[in-house]
Amino acid sequence: MKPRILVIHASGTNRDREVSWALELAGGNPEIVHINALRDGGSNLLDYQMLVLPGGFSYGDDLGAGKLWAVALRHRLGQDLEDFVDSGRPVLGICNGYQALVKSGFLPAMNGASDQQTTLTRNQSGRFECRWVDLAPEPAASSAWVRGLDGPIYCPVAHGEGRFVADSDVLATIEQEGQVALRYKVPNDTAAYPANPNGSANNIAGITNPAGNILGLMPHPEDHIVPGQHPNKHRGQTSGSGLPLFRNGVEYAAQT
Amino acid sequence: YYLRGTLSAADLHRLTTTLLHDRIVEVAHTFVLDADSSPNGERLTTVDVVLRPGVTDTPAESLLAGIFEIGMSGVDQAATGRRYALHGALSPDDAEHIAGTLLANDVIQTFYINEPAPPPFTSTDLSTGAAVAQVPLAGFDRQGLVELSKQRRLSLDGDEMEAIQEYFATRDRAPTDVELEMLAQTWSEHCVHKTFKALISYTGPPPGEIEPATTTIIDGILDAHIRAATETIDRPWVRSAFVDDAGIVALDETTDLAFKVETHNHPSALEPFGGANTGVGGVVRDVIGVSARPIANTNILCFGPEDTPEGTIPDGVLHPKRIADGVIAGIEDYGNKMGIPTVNGAVIYDPGYTANPLVFCGCLGVMPAGSHPTEPKTGDRVVVLGGRTGRDGLRGATFSSMESDHQTSEVSGNAVQIGHPIHEKQVLEAILIARDEGLYNAITDCGAGGLSSSVGEMAEELGAVVHLDRVPLKYPGLAPWEIWLSEAQERMVIAVPPANLARVAEISADLDVEMTVLGEFTGEGILRMLHDGDVVGEIGCDFLHNGIPRLQLTAVWEPPATVDTDLPWPDDPTATLLAVLGEPNTRSKEDIVRRYDHEVQGGTVVKPFVGINQIGPADAAVVVPLDTHREQGPTPGASLAVGINPAYGALDPYRMAWAAVDEAIRNVVAVGADPSRISILDNFSWGNPRLADRLGSLVRCTQGCYDAAVAYGTPFISGKDSLNNEYTGVDGRKHTIPGTLVISALGIVPDIANTVTSDLKASGNTLYVAGTTTEDLGGSAVAGLANYPGGSAPGPAIGAADGYQSLHAAITAELVVSCHDLSEGGLAAAAAEMAIGGDMGVEISLRELPRSADITDSRTAAFSESLGRFLVEVRPENEARFEAQLAGYPVGAVGQVRGDGTITITGLDDTPFIVTDVATVARAWRQHLEPGT
Repeated sequence: MKPRILVIHASGTNRDREVSWALELAGGNPEIVHINALRDGGSNLLDYQMLVLPGGFSYGDDLGAGKLWAVALRHRLGQDLEDFVDSGRPVLGICNGYQALVKSGFLPAMNGASDQQTTLTRNQSGRFECRWVDLAPEPAASSAWVRGLDGPIYCPVAHGEGRFVADSDVLATIEQEGQVALRYKVPNDTAAYPANPNGSANNIAGITNPAGNILGLMPHPEDHIVPGQHPNKHRGQTSGSGLPLFRNGVEYAAQT
Repeated sequence: YYLRGTLSAADLHRLTTTLLHDRIVEVAHTFVLDADSSPNGERLTTVDVVLRPGVTDTPAESLLAGIFEIGMSGVDQAATGRRYALHGALSPDDAEHIAGTLLANDVIQTFYINEPAPPPFTSTDLSTGAAVAQVPLAGFDRQGLVELSKQRRLSLDGDEMEAIQEYFATRDRAPTDVELEMLAQTWSEHCVHKTFKALISYTGPPPGEIEPATTTIIDGILDAHIRAATETIDRPWVRSAFVDDAGIVALDETTDLAFKVETHNHPSALEPFGGANTGVGGVVRDVIGVSARPIANTNILCFGPEDTPEGTIPDGVLHPKRIADGVIAGIEDYGNKMGIPTVNGAVIYDPGYTANPLVFCGCLGVMPAGSHPTEPKTGDRVVVLGGRTGRDGLRGATFSSMESDHQTSEVSGNAVQIGHPIHEKQVLEAILIARDEGLYNAITDCGAGGLSSSVGEMAEELGAVVHLDRVPLKYPGLAPWEIWLSEAQERMVIAVPPANLARVAEISADLDVEMTVLGEFTGEGILRMLHDGDVVGEIGCDFLHNGIPRLQLTAVWEPPATVDTDLPWPDDPTATLLAVLGEPNTRSKEDIVRRYDHEVQGGTVVKPFVGINQIGPADAAVVVPLDTHREQGPTPGASLAVGINPAYGALDPYRMAWAAVDEAIRNVVAVGADPSRISILDNFSWGNPRLADRLGSLVRCTQGCYDAAVAYGTPFISGKDSLNNEYTGVDGRKHTIPGTLVISALGIVPDIANTVTSDLKASGNTLYVAGTTTEDLGGSAVAGLANYPGGSAPGPAIGAADGYQSLHAAITAELVVSCHDLSEGGLAAAAAEMAIGGDMGVEISLRELPRSADITDSRTAAFSESLGRFLVEVRPENEARFEAQLAGYPVGAVGQVRGDGTITITGLDDTPFIVTDVATVARAWRQHLEPGT
């Protein structure tokens, strides 16, 4: 029985179709559902075993990346989403979805708080960046999303507002609590860019909530799930190294 | 942010923290707007920049939606603006200058210095009176009609005005402004392409020859030179050419591809961001308009040089740097937000584009074979989906059909539209569901001319009745003709049987898309417009579409005077190579291209940058539709590339056409496209066709298009022309563009497993040059460096069509490990680019180069830009098979790949000619990029 996965479509999200392909290859049963259907009761979030918030430009990011989507998460899904999270079911936010989870306070949600504690803001380079990066799964991470990944994950970033920023004490807590799930692999800290494409603190590319069932990340593993997508396929390099992360999530969803 | 309404302090705080700022990195100040709202202080100048009334304010719309979302009432208006605070001693004149040239664009914005701007709330009454005006034509003589046309900016000539006068005389009434404005749009150059359909008396030498000049009559260059080629070639896989909003070809048995490239030159000159932004939106709608899902974007940009001195810019023209920044940001915004990968393009800098920048936007779409319905039925409803209608883009079609002058920005400011990519994305998703459920019988996009042209087109056979008062408006006060003509963005029109209306409404609501029923198709052959029940216009479809008198034009082309001096070669060939690589037209475009998302949709299998460090140039992109991407087994892909070289056109437009067609084809063949499965698009940007010399070079160019397309068996499937790219400054000086042809190629790659990239792969591999080198230095990169106007542009490549088939067979047999086409900078530049991609060196001997007998100079051999050539890397064990495969096409084993990074090109005299290394050429090609990138 394949786990039912809800890939939420907020007006302006646009990586919903490729992430659905990744979830199918990983053994899941994804459905793309517009947020209106959840509000109107056409679909019920709690009928699903996994929730995915895909990348894109929800509502044009007109008031800041993911800002209006964050408002919709709190005001339209509100209690349902909190129940979904509390039940331990896996939630994945990629790029714009990650921004929405951070700005709505579902991430990092330290000490069970639900207000915004960190942010993803304009890239240090001052521009949108589309380039491939190496992601190192954090050994200390407790989250089932990255457990057992023999990493690194090689995949593209494509964003203008992906710089992870947090106050030093918040940052320290996230690190101590094992909420850092993925980091950009940098050759050395003096030449971090472009390996760390946006200037994120501590080269953090993805974080989880304390329980580990919510993962948010800026890069796009869903864009490297078959060998043909590898930029150096023509030099004999093929891996599709984005897929294992989705397998982890689907296996995890199957158990919940 | 400006808010109007009554809010408690607590509500205002909640609204601010929830919607307006990111408290981790931003702080918010709120205050009541009054005269003291500008912090006037020591050495402090504030500049408030706000949109002009009526210009779409998307963030304000989103803000109101957000306020509704959090269940807050009390705010009835929202608007946005930007305040700049300048610190330092600044004279009022300096502040004025900075604000006008850097902070605000007068076309869409106003600015206020040291005083708060009045909030540009959209409720501001913009009424011009909703009345309909009669425009009497009776009694006017020809001169009077031409005057009237000028006054109303109809850009209709005497014959056209007389035809309209006669039509309404026989009906014994005056036209309404609705009818007259509609005819002006429908008959505009932009919409009807009258120059390409005109009867032309052409004086010039035969195609390809330079003498003797004779005078011939050409029965329309579109039919005689473009469509004729497609018919002669007659490829079975062409599904639709020159009929729909985009050309359509087969990818395989089950899937079709749609491809269109549009120009958006005039709007981009006035308001670069909005112009380019809606240029992308427009071409994407062309693809949606054939019921396809957009899967890739391209763009070709022509700007004045970035270092053009401020003082030399014609009055009323923006600086090329500012135009380039705005255009690139506009393309980035629309493509990225719609989730369409931008995968291929070109950027050309030339002083000829300073007053008239060119912006070509392309879009590729995919659809199930034969899923595009094109027949509206009597009784079908006229349904519009998407954005609301405002006073944006009024008269855009006629505006873009005129020459410009220093007043254009004032009188045509509202010809510029503002894009809203999210609306278009949602409309797209709604349309595709409707397509799959078979809910509509016809579809077209709302582009130039707005509803008047899209509904007019759709109703060409049946006629329709349309209720203008039902069109949803952004703000009150639009006159009926404004509603009918508005080019407000993100709108599609579909013909829906009454039984399907409910379902279309449901789909739209689910996706946040506004849907409105405007009227119905009647079968009367008459287009009738109503407003509040009154008929405000009634035109016979036959007159609307066939009543325009055929243009008769005169064209002359003469070869440029021959230059009797020789190309002044620089002394050091190695320095010449480095200069060519660093030249703005040749150098890496990575600083621009990485701002475009080229990975979204997961199908970009040959990316814009290739090689071990992903910094080498790709000849073409290859994309696979998500729907047909297979994990195993052959997966067909679509390759996209362009050919453009205006410098050749100055010498001979016929040869420019050959070069552009050959370069576009060469590029897709280099990555693995099947030469017998390539289709091409033409885009002409030219000057005023009423001037015989401009039209003559255009005719000469289309002759080359025909000959080249037929020679390669490569059909044109769509195209677009943008004429009158001329600008008259206050000094009365005319600035025209170099006649510019862009050829975009769409090539089918039978299996993406057999694609090839340009980066060198392994030390010791053999390098071949395929194709013959002749002396072709006119308009070349080295000629450009030396400002040398002479020489001859490259001529047709003999036998290239067969040679490309042989090369493709070699690629399919996996005998080719890397391949790069030879273009700007010739063999030397191509070798350097392959080295950069592979981070390896090369060792090449010019003596082995297949070449014409008259080439005795190593510099010519290394830098000539002859057509039909590739540099190919082959494993030593495959040499014999490769040579056998290419039998019949000249190939020479010119050298090999070196692992140590050294680059050595030995001259015809067998002495070292160019000596450098990969790090040095990479630095030359990328030195303008920021460190680290």
